[in-house]
Amino acid sequence: MRYAYYPGCSLERNAAAYDHSVREVADLLGIKLQEIDDWNCCGATEYFSQDELTACAVVARNLALVDADIAQVVAPCAACYLNLKKTDRLMADFPELGAKVNECLAAGGLSYRAGRVTVRHMLDVIHDDIGEAAVRDKVVRPLTGLRVAPYYGCQVVRPIADGDSTEYPMKMDRLLSWVGAEVVDYPVKAHCCGGHMTQISEPQAFELLRRLLQSAQDYQADMILCMCPMCQLNLDGYQARVNGHFHTAFHLPILYFTQMLGIAFGIEPKTLGFGKELVAATPVLQAKLNGKAAAGQPEGAVAK
Amino acid sequence: MTAHPARSRGAFLEEVIEKTPGGERLVHCLQCGSCGGSCPSGADMECTPRTLFALIQAGDRQRVLSANTMWACVSCYFCTTRCPQKIPITDIMYTLKRLSIAERAYCKTDAPALAKAFTDYVDKYGRSFEFGLATSYHLLQRPLRMIQMGPMGLQMFTRGRMSLLPTKIRQVGQLQAIIRKAKEIGASS
Repeated sequence: MRYAYYPGCSLERNAAAYDHSVREVADLLGIKLQEIDDWNCCGATEYFSQDELTACAVVARNLALVDADIAQVVAPCAACYLNLKKTDRLMADFPELGAKVNECLAAGGLSYRAGRVTVRHMLDVIHDDIGEAAVRDKVVRPLTGLRVAPYYGCQVVRPIADGDSTEYPMKMDRLLSWVGAEVVDYPVKAHCCGGHMTQISEPQAFELLRRLLQSAQDYQADMILCMCPMCQLNLDGYQARVNGHFHTAFHLPILYFTQMLGIAFGIEPKTLGFGKELVAATPVLQAKLNGKAAAGQPEGAVAK
Repeated sequence: MTAHPARSRGAFLEEVIEKTPGGERLVHCLQCGSCGGSCPSGADMECTPRTLFALIQAGDRQRVLSANTMWACVSCYFCTTRCPQKIPITDIMYTLKRLSIAERAYCKTDAPALAKAFTDYVDKYGRSFEFGLATSYHLLQRPLRMIQMGPMGLQMFTRGRMSLLPTKIRQVGQLQAIIRKAKEIGASS
């Protein structure tokens, strides 16, 4: 299956582990990703806060750049996913706005017909298009005994969930169970990490992060698995500062769900971006998976 | 279905509706409070969305646009999906942010400065630029925080998660022409 791929700015650097693991896992599952040539930033929430038409036009340039023979675009980042999806919907549902967006695109020699491209998230593609049998078929190192907390965050499941619940989504739960993990059922799996609030109001953001970390810890998770680079950055990068703020001692590795799928599929941890996380994942993987996946170790040390 | 036919809509309410796709649902607000109750930032808001909507209906433009409500919004969309009247609440928050920025009515928040710094980089390079944002925005808004952030920033560098240089797209001129046109249309309507 062939899809256009929109990595988004975070995946270039800060979430390179996500980009690498998405590409590796996609390759193994037969998902052909063709990166949109010369894509631009989706604007996150920042253009929409200032100017709606500019926000839509900036996003629409990416939709317009999708090859004419490709009908679907995959975005692994929640903010990118929603912006692409939202812009496409706005253009379809509000033709007057759609016409204005096309007037803007025309200034760059481009055009986009609303509905031409279907916007998908990587989780939905693996869960819906590849499915249980094909995923199970690829497992060589089942994640048996590893307690993983699936963390959905907000913008993939709300406001437009692609066939999942906006309140209690299950797709990542199921996917992780297919690869043998013990999936932690904890109440805040679709609550908010605060998004850009870590940059604006730390007390407000840290309280949201504390609730997530506390809940995952209370339910004895070994790690939290994310499907958005902002969620990962907030939970991983700011975990030490959250601990300082609340005098807590959280020590939870925060990874991308595609990294752990990759481990289950037998892909080398280094290739999956292990070692880029600030709260090291290696000790818990070694302890729980009994050397089945010694993530982050030099290649010679990886037991197969 | 026409709601409240007997009540005339004020100019401010009309403006918010006109500037929000699907905004006409706003007149159907029941004042049930599901929005504020669902909001992870509800406790940080001077007034919850419900109160804000009553103030919009009452035409209290100044109080609405200077409220911290929309700036505390984290765009999690819980209110939107839970609203029994299908009001696009998060999108209305975006409209209020835009009006508040346009009129410089906001106070006690750095969010507009962050948004501007973020989009300035995108306008210039076509991609966001985390290191640039970290230095320009934080240096201006809160130099002390730069020092607190030092250890984390260093760890991001050593793990190859932050670049000192921005990435520029090839057709940045094309993107800029699109943005210019959008601003031109925006200014004339």
